[in-house]
Amino acid sequence: MAEVEDAKPLVKVRDLKMYFPIHAGLFRTHVGDIKAVDGVSFDILPGETLGLVGESGCGKSTVGRSVLRLYDVTGGTVEINGFEIAHVHRDSLRSKRPMMQMIFQDPQASLNPRMTVASIIGEPLDEHMKLSPDERLARIYELMDWVGLNREFAKRYPHEFSGGQRQRIGIARALALNPKFIVCDEPIAALDVSIQAQVVNLLEELQERLDLTYLFISHDLSMVRHIADRVAVMYLGRIVEVASREALFADPLHPYTQALLSAVPEPDPESERHRKPIVLQGDVPSPSNPPKGCNFSTRCPKVMDICRQIEPAVRDFGEGRQVACHLYSESMQTTAEPTAGDITNQ
Amino acid sequence: MPDTAMPILDVEGLKTVFRTRGGEVHAVNSVDFDLRPGELLGVVGESGSGKSVTMMSLLRLLPSPPAEMRDGKVMFDGQDLLKISPEELRKVRGSKIGFIFQDPMTSLNPVYTVGFQLAEPLRAHLGMSKAQARKRSIELLQLVGIPDAERRLKDYPHQFSGGMRQRVMIAIALACDPQVLIADEPTTALDVTIQAQIIELVKELRQKLGMAIIWITHDLGVIAGIADRVMVMYAGQVVEEGPVGEIFRDPQHPYTQALLKTVPAVRGPREEKLQVIEGQPPIMYGAPVACSFRNRCKYAFDRCSEENPKLRSVSAPGHRAACFLLDKAPTQEPEAVNG
Repeated sequence: MAEVEDAKPLVKVRDLKMYFPIHAGLFRTHVGDIKAVDGVSFDILPGETLGLVGESGCGKSTVGRSVLRLYDVTGGTVEINGFEIAHVHRDSLRSKRPMMQMIFQDPQASLNPRMTVASIIGEPLDEHMKLSPDERLARIYELMDWVGLNREFAKRYPHEFSGGQRQRIGIARALALNPKFIVCDEPIAALDVSIQAQVVNLLEELQERLDLTYLFISHDLSMVRHIADRVAVMYLGRIVEVASREALFADPLHPYTQALLSAVPEPDPESERHRKPIVLQGDVPSPSNPPKGCNFSTRCPKVMDICRQIEPAVRDFGEGRQVACHLYSESMQTTAEPTAGDITNQ
Repeated sequence: MPDTAMPILDVEGLKTVFRTRGGEVHAVNSVDFDLRPGELLGVVGESGSGKSVTMMSLLRLLPSPPAEMRDGKVMFDGQDLLKISPEELRKVRGSKIGFIFQDPMTSLNPVYTVGFQLAEPLRAHLGMSKAQARKRSIELLQLVGIPDAERRLKDYPHQFSGGMRQRVMIAIALACDPQVLIADEPTTALDVTIQAQIIELVKELRQKLGMAIIWITHDLGVIAGIADRVMVMYAGQVVEEGPVGEIFRDPQHPYTQALLKTVPAVRGPREEKLQVIEGQPPIMYGAPVACSFRNRCKYAFDRCSEENPKLRSVSAPGHRAACFLLDKAPTQEPEAVNG
């Protein structure tokens, strides 16, 4: 970890905000915003995988899309490989596209059913590079080899493939322009258990071979624990905790992270018998009308008066660990210190 | 205790075939199982393994054509559900056997209030009056933990969140005090924290009401926490079944073994590299003549492509698996088989 600590982050996101306006009434007047992402900051180091977890509707996919400027963000900055992405003009953004790519959740919907595998993988090459037909075909074959697709399938159409193979096509397309940074938005959620492992192993192999940096968005905590170096936990548009994989899974600090981890059942009947999940009451509030103070205060089992009044500040625990919770804020330091000390000692 | 009791549901040789343009797809191939009173049977398998189709076949819920129940016997309450008249079957569906479907978004009717949909089975099956049905509906919503039940009867499904909708589905399934509850991936569409709520609810309801449950899922973690017995399905067949502890501690079928290894854990030691089952599940055109798992099995040998293994007993009571390795196991190590 020590050597990476000094490295310059490849991706730097500061106070990212993405609001979707709500229009209502006869004149479609602007009556409010859905605050899908509301002030999110994080760094990703070169060669690292940052896992982004949270429940549906928490804004994790919106973060992924905003970081790649698939949306015009409401506020904040995104810096990838030293270039400002969030507010740059379209034309100069286009020249930056090759270095940042995306793998989508649904391989069925993200591949054009009327294009062959070769044309799907070759499309980014046509857009951004000047290659002769031979060079282009050679590159397509190389990409197919990398992701474990048989070259003979180059002339086939997406519907002729299984879900896992389709996801491989999507991965090959994302790799076509030698990207540095890839956002993987729930890449395995639509796949069967036995196929998920194949795709995750492929992503890991490719990361090692091509020196890739991933933002891995998923709701599957066990898979994130496997693939991510660091993990950020989102709730209702905000990041509540960021920590290294080991620290987060061994000793979650934020009450939401604790509840989330305890809710995951384990394939072992013996330990399942003794597991006492923290069962959260109620549902996630609407992002158009988040609660006052801490977003989690309506469901938090450890809620205090201050949580309903003031939004908790992000506190740094060192070693890349940050938590936004009043339990660990400066005023509560006396109670928080022992837990924090345990973590730094590990 | 459950071992001695008579099964409440006894399925024998169930075969379901889909007629498609590409040929006949044998989705369920000679499935046998039974369910004892008060027991929770977990059914695991990947998509396309036939777990949902098996359960839908029991209640003849599949549209025909393309589906065709070719063979089998489903004994419930002294009658064969595959033979009885549609009128008699209707008395079983939704009253003696409840069904919870995977997607709470699509299985409730969007144009009727939740109160109406709850009262429907009560009035149809139990002949309750409007007032009685209303009273019982309120009780049911309270039972599944929906706050402010009386007011919420007037609400439409879209006014409920995903977790709450699934609670409504459970309430409807429980309306007539079923002896058997079939839950088809009831938590798959839900978030983990909501899934935890629903699982706690089902555990609680089981203690209170004591019905037998069949719980279909692909999530081995969920099964480990709630099931008494587990049935593993692959390519339309049961490849292994047994008490939950046995299946997880000492899986016998190579598919079950591999399946347990591919899932990373949230707690405990972390694997450096995930175990993989190479290839993908087959589509069953035609009845199986050989082991369907042989192409993905690292222990496969000649006999696996010559005949289809039947379920055979393993040392532990009630534990059965369909694999030829079991014939050899006492004398030979699996590795030695290849050489």
